[in-house]
Amino acid sequence: MVPLSYYLILGGILFACGVTGFLIKRNIITIFMSIELMLNGVNLSFVAFAAQWHALQGQVFVFFVMVVAAAEATVGLAIIISVFRTRETLNVDQVNLLKL
Amino acid sequence: MLSVHFALFLIFALVCVAGAVNLLVQRHPINSALSLVVVMGSLAVEYLLLGAEFVAAVQVIVYAGAIMVLFVFVIMLLNAGEEERTQGSRVALLLGIPGMLVGSILIAWVVLNHSGTGSVEAGALPGPPKTLGWLLFHDFLLPFEVTSILVLIAIMGAVVLAARPEKREG
Amino acid sequence: MGIGLFIFISLIKIVIGLAVLLTGVAYSVWLERKVVGHIQNRWGPTRVGPFGLLQPLADGAKLLFKEDLLPPNVYKPLYIAAPMIAIICAVASISVIPIGNSVTVFGVTTPLQITDVNISLLIILGITSLGVYGVALSGWSSNSKYSLLGGLRASAQMVSYEIALGLSLVGVLIMAGSFSLRDIVDAQAGHCWGFIPRWNIFTGQFVAFFIYLTAAYAETNRIPFDLPEAETELVAGYHTEYSAMKFAMFFMAEYANMITVSCVATLLFLGGWHGPVFGPPILQAFLPVFWFVAKVFVFMLIYIWVRGTLPRFRYDQLMAFGWKVLLPLAIVNLIATALAVAW
Repeated sequence: MVPLSYYLILGGILFACGVTGFLIKRNIITIFMSIELMLNGVNLSFVAFAAQWHALQGQVFVFFVMVVAAAEATVGLAIIISVFRTRETLNVDQVNLLKL
Repeated sequence: MLSVHFALFLIFALVCVAGAVNLLVQRHPINSALSLVVVMGSLAVEYLLLGAEFVAAVQVIVYAGAIMVLFVFVIMLLNAGEEERTQGSRVALLLGIPGMLVGSILIAWVVLNHSGTGSVEAGALPGPPKTLGWLLFHDFLLPFEVTSILVLIAIMGAVVLAARPEKREG
Repeated sequence: MGIGLFIFISLIKIVIGLAVLLTGVAYSVWLERKVVGHIQNRWGPTRVGPFGLLQPLADGAKLLFKEDLLPPNVYKPLYIAAPMIAIICAVASISVIPIGNSVTVFGVTTPLQITDVNISLLIILGITSLGVYGVALSGWSSNSKYSLLGGLRASAQMVSYEIALGLSLVGVLIMAGSFSLRDIVDAQAGHCWGFIPRWNIFTGQFVAFFIYLTAAYAETNRIPFDLPEAETELVAGYHTEYSAMKFAMFFMAEYANMITVSCVATLLFLGGWHGPVFGPPILQAFLPVFWFVAKVFVFMLIYIWVRGTLPRFRYDQLMAFGWKVLLPLAIVNLIATALAVAW
C-alpha cells in the first residue's frame, strides 16, 4: 500500500528535473530530452490518479500525451537537423541572430 | 510497512530519480539520452505496479523503443560532441538549482502533510487492453481521430523539414 | 503454490530455457553453414566430428581464445555495453514464449512457459524495439565511418520494418481477441472442414504471414535485407571493430533473434503446439513440444533457404519497399480482417 502522494512526489521530482534541464542546458537536443522528461512526470501523475479514483480515462489520456510527445519530438528533431545544417552548431547560445 | 509493493516502488523510484539527475549532470548528449531511456524503463515498471499493464507496454514500445531511438539516431547523425560551458549558464546554475530544490521540497512537504488522499494498492486499476480500446473508440473517438491527423501532419512536416535542400544547377 | 516454490520452478525453467536456446543458436549456425553449402553445391563443415557436428564447439573455442581488442579511440562504456544489450534483448524474449500445455512433474503442475502474462505479445514487440539500441550504439561508439554508416542504416531499417511487423500481427490479434500468446494458440485448436487445421495461416491471415515473414527478415538483418552488415558493402557494418567474444555476442544475438521470430511465427500463424496427438500418456505429453520444435525448425529452414537463394536489396530499394509496399499492405490486411470479423 503506497500512499498516492508518493507517486505524485515522484512525478513532481521528474518534472522539476525536466524544468531544470530545460533552463540550464545549452545543447538543443538535451533541452528537448528535458521536455520529454517533463511529459513523463505528467504521465505518471495521470496514471496514479487513474488508479486512485478507478477512472480508466486517466490511462486513455496518457496515450494522447504519448502521441503528442511523439509528434512533437519528430517535428522538433527535424527542425534541429535543418538548423544544424545552416548554423553548424548545436549550442543555443550561438543561435542568436535572425539572419545567418 | 515494508511490503513488496513498497519496496519495488522505492527501488524503481530511486532508479528514476537517479536517471533524471544523471541526465542533468552528463555533458555528452548520448549519456543523457541513455539515462532518459533508463528513466522511461523504470517508469514502465511503476505503471505495472499501478496495474496499467497496457500503458507500461506502450511506454516501452513507443517512448523507449521509438522516440528515444529517434533521439539517439539524431545525436549519431549530427555527431553532437560534448557540451561547452558558456557564460550565461553559470548564473543559471548558481541561482536555478538551489531555487528548484527549495521549491520542490516545499511542494513535497505540502503534499505529504495536507493530502489525505489515501493510498493506492498494487495493481489498483487493471487496465486491460479490451476496456481501454472500448473507451478509446467510444468516449474518446474524436480525440483519437484528431491525434491521428496530428501524426500525419507531423510525418509530412518532418519529411519536408529534414530533406536536403535541392541544389540548383546554374 | 507458495511464492518460494514458484520462484524455484521459474529458476529451473529459466536455466533450461536458456540452455536450450543457446544450444539452438549454436546448432542453427551449423545448420545454416550446411544448408547454404549444399545449396551452393559444396559440403558444409565436415571435418570436425561426424557431419561437422562439433563445428560450433570449435568455433566457440576459437572465439574464446582470440585476442579481445579494444581499439584506441572508441567510446569505451558504450563499446562494451552494446553487444550486451544486443544479446540481452535477443534472449529475453524466451521468457514469454510458451512451448506446450501444462506438465506435471513430481506432483507440481506448471505451464511450459517461464511466465504467462496477458500482454506477452506486446512484451516481445517491446523487447524487439529495445534491440535497436545494441545496433545503433555499437555503430556509433566504434568511432569508424564504416561502423557509423552501418549502424545508422541498420537501425533505420529495423525501426521502419518494426511498424509493418506490428501491424501484420494485429490481424491475428483481432481474430484471437487477446494479447496473451497462450490464448492466441488456443484459438487455433481444432479443425475446419474436417481435416484442415484451424491455423491462422489457413483461416485468413495468409497475407499477414508473408508480411510478417518479410518484416522479420528485415528486423533480423538477414538476406535479402542484410546490406548494413554485408561484407562487400560496408566491411562488416556495425560490428566491424569488434573481435572475439564481443563479436560472438553479436553473432549469437542475430541467431537468437531468428529463433525468437520463428517461435512467434509458429505461435501466431502455424498453430503453436497443435498437431496430431496419439499414443500412451508419456508420448502425449511429449508430442506437443515435438510439433512446436518441428514447426520452428521448418521456419528456420525457410530462413536459411532464402539466404542461400536471393540477392540482397540495395538500401534505397529496401527502405522504399518497407514504407511504400509493406506498410500499406499491412494496413489493408488489418482493415480487411476487421471487416471480416465484424461481419
